[in-house]
Amino acid sequence: MSLLWMYLKVFLVGGALCAIGELLVLRTRLTPARILVCYILTGVLLSAVGLYGPLADFAGAGATVPLTGFGHALCQGVMSAVDEVGLIGAFTGGLSATAGGIAAAVFFGTLIALAFKPRAK
Amino acid sequence: MDKQRVHTNPQHYSWLTEQLSPPSPLGAGLGRAFWVGGLICVLGQAIADAGVHWLDMNARAASSLTSITLVFLTALLTGVGVFDKLGKYAGAGSFVPITGFANAMVSPALEFRREGLVLGLGAKLFSIAGPVLVYGIGASVLVGMIYALFFH
Repeated sequence: MSLLWMYLKVFLVGGALCAIGELLVLRTRLTPARILVCYILTGVLLSAVGLYGPLADFAGAGATVPLTGFGHALCQGVMSAVDEVGLIGAFTGGLSATAGGIAAAVFFGTLIALAFKPRAK
Repeated sequence: MDKQRVHTNPQHYSWLTEQLSPPSPLGAGLGRAFWVGGLICVLGQAIADAGVHWLDMNARAASSLTSITLVFLTALLTGVGVFDKLGKYAGAGSFVPITGFANAMVSPALEFRREGLVLGLGAKLFSIAGPVLVYGIGASVLVGMIYALFFH
């Protein structure tokens, strides 16, 4: 039951964050690239003021998988690195915390772009 | 003459066009983004849980595992042309999760590969992901500096 409730929370919060993005697409004509930039900045800001942490505790991957969660990971990485090593952590913490996703995207992106042929749209 | 007179009443005209135009795509589009995006997050949670329970990972490693797996799946699905179809169906449901970040790297890299391995593939990997990283990293450094200087 608690597992089911957890996955329901993940689904609802993750779905809602995506629906907000779709609302921006349909109502503001913002391009997806701009929306992604907005999402990551929103994630960094909400994380910095302490609002995103509780959402991530509540909804797990529902809050961390959307791009706002990427911003949250950057921000939390920076703050815990500052706690450990001081000001220099402002530069090292963000990328350390998000290295897995970024390196995977670079590596698998290159591999796939080499292995597959572009197709007609 | 009669046919033209039908359209002289603005209210009647707008009522007519409302009847004849397809229903607003807003609700349906939001629904599609919601369920696909929600399901991608559920998949992410399942990967993280699997990492914690079966691979003895801590929360941070499990979170990296989630990102890496979703990025890999997206890259593969983009390569075989399935992700574009998902994107057309789900809109923000496919590009708001980290899958969208991965697709935004793979898709232009694949498309511009013929322009060379360096300025084609290598550069285009970051045509959309670049700005996202620029502003995300920039903002996080700023937050880190403020945190280090004023809250320590």
